[in-house]
Amino acid sequence: MNWVAWKMLTGDRAKYLGTVFGVAFGVLLISQQMAIFVGLMRRTAHAAIDVRDASIWVMDPEGKNADEVKPLSDSDLYRVRGVEGVDWAVRLYKSLARARIDNGEFRQSILLGIDDHTLVGAPVRLVAGSLADLRRPDAIIIDQPGYRLFWGTGPIELGKTLEMNDHRAVVVGVCDTTPPFQTFPVIYTRYSQALGFAPRERNQLSFVLAHQKDGLDPQQVCQSIRSETGLAARTRPDMIWFVIKFYLESTGIPVNFGITIALGFIVGTAIAGQTFYLFTLENLKQFGALKAMGVSNWRLVGMILLQATIVGCIGYGLGIGMTAVFFESTQNVTALMGFYLPWQVAGLAAGAVALIIVLASLISLRKVLILEPAVVFRG
Amino acid sequence: MMLQSATIDTPAAAPVLSANEICVSCQSVVKEFGDGDSRIRVLHGIDANIHGSELTLLVGPSGCGKTTLISIIAGLLYPTNGDVILFGTPQSQLQGSRLVQFRAENVGFVFQQYNLLPSLTAAENVAIPLLIQGQSRPKALLKAREVLDAVGLGSRLNQLPSQLSGGQQQRVAIARALVHEPRLLVCDEPTAALDGHSGQVVMDLLKRVAVQAGRAVIVVTHDSRVLTYGDRILEMADGRMADADSTQKSHNL
Repeated sequence: MNWVAWKMLTGDRAKYLGTVFGVAFGVLLISQQMAIFVGLMRRTAHAAIDVRDASIWVMDPEGKNADEVKPLSDSDLYRVRGVEGVDWAVRLYKSLARARIDNGEFRQSILLGIDDHTLVGAPVRLVAGSLADLRRPDAIIIDQPGYRLFWGTGPIELGKTLEMNDHRAVVVGVCDTTPPFQTFPVIYTRYSQALGFAPRERNQLSFVLAHQKDGLDPQQVCQSIRSETGLAARTRPDMIWFVIKFYLESTGIPVNFGITIALGFIVGTAIAGQTFYLFTLENLKQFGALKAMGVSNWRLVGMILLQATIVGCIGYGLGIGMTAVFFESTQNVTALMGFYLPWQVAGLAAGAVALIIVLASLISLRKVLILEPAVVFRG
Repeated sequence: MMLQSATIDTPAAAPVLSANEICVSCQSVVKEFGDGDSRIRVLHGIDANIHGSELTLLVGPSGCGKTTLISIIAGLLYPTNGDVILFGTPQSQLQGSRLVQFRAENVGFVFQQYNLLPSLTAAENVAIPLLIQGQSRPKALLKAREVLDAVGLGSRLNQLPSQLSGGQQQRVAIARALVHEPRLLVCDEPTAALDGHSGQVVMDLLKRVAVQAGRAVIVVTHDSRVLTYGDRILEMADGRMADADSTQKSHNL
């Protein structure tokens, strides 16, 4: 009878495709918007994500997020280094700087000053140039989208110059990084150099990056730093979530995306549910005839669930496929760089489809289950 | 089952009923719908017998309870009071899944509007009762082709219902009702949607099935043109049998 269920489902092509595309459209909306939301949140924490060699971030306790910090004093660095369990601790400067190229064009840029000696916090993947060249005078490494923004789409040429705060900066490398939330260019330089590129303040140290001694739990070391220095200390994952939570709680982003995702779910359920319900309604006489001929309720339930599952699987495949194609085809678009379809989002979309299908078939199931087989004798 | 295009032989495995054997007996069947003040009594203690190897016509004006009665006889509705003895088994003893299984094995249906699945071919539609009984698809389709051949539709096996005329669709429906060799064939207004010639073809076919296959066939009809096909006519009025066992009278029509 599964074969009969399949034939019934696919017999009316228009309704079959309508139901499948209802689910597919719902999946596309849900997964694409969810993936962009996740991507945006990831972008907010780009600095913490890209610093992979330090497990602990230390900052002023009043700091609201990675972009809103009160600079520490140099003595704070030494205090952190003095905490039991800290293996090493280095400086990290982070601020916004106005960068201008030869023709006068300028862009607000994210300036990251990494420790002069260890280069902890340096970009992991270089597209051009060498990390060692960052030790040269006025040297900077810029991220690839930033380079394209300043100098267009031609071949990458090192040695190009920028001007920041009346200081000359020379591009010695181009890197790939996690794109930042604001889509500003990201510029890496040495800490001492960064202080020259940025307007002067009494205290300049944005963060202290630290690492625990071998065998120690970073959470415990963070606790020690907090209690001994009074500074805020977080592990790298906690730092990432600290920044993300700030954006979740302080902006309308989650609400707006939540509405779109909910709309995707509702539209998907409505289209799939209504089309599937209409399909069942139009086949009610046929279901009644099958019931009269001796098909049990359980078998009918099985047939409808099979039909719903087929619709769900094909719709999900199409929807998630369209989402994947979207991210694949936009991976080189600067504004959408770094957005991708995480497997967790694909899993959540699958869960949403399962729910859509259950809701859609429940309405239909009820109609079929309460159907009296004697209905077949009514004209 | 050896099925020829002109005749349908009695299958060796199917029970053969003699001409005067009662296979369905309605005993004081009462059917009420609704509750409380809205309760309506549709059947008022019906007593009637359906004989094997006969074509029994159930006639009467609209709303007299014919459809309700055949629904009860076919096991699609339970009577409020009274009982129906189906081939020696009281229907009251066949509850839930047992009644469903009984229907699947012993009852064939022909509906006024055919109720063929529009996305299945003629052969696939006919195979359904065998699939319900758990037969494999190739085996069921093979047998369906034989039966369709017997009702004169051997050349229309792979056509969809929408590609067939009304008369052809009804013949497919008859083939579907017969393919699993049921002991009781219940037909609801089988000629109502057909022209005179097609109706005659369908009734010829039913008559042949009833007489030669030894099954009990009950046909609900409004169509006065088909009265001559009945071996026995049961007439209903206002939920009662108006004139039971009027066979001989009908034969003289």
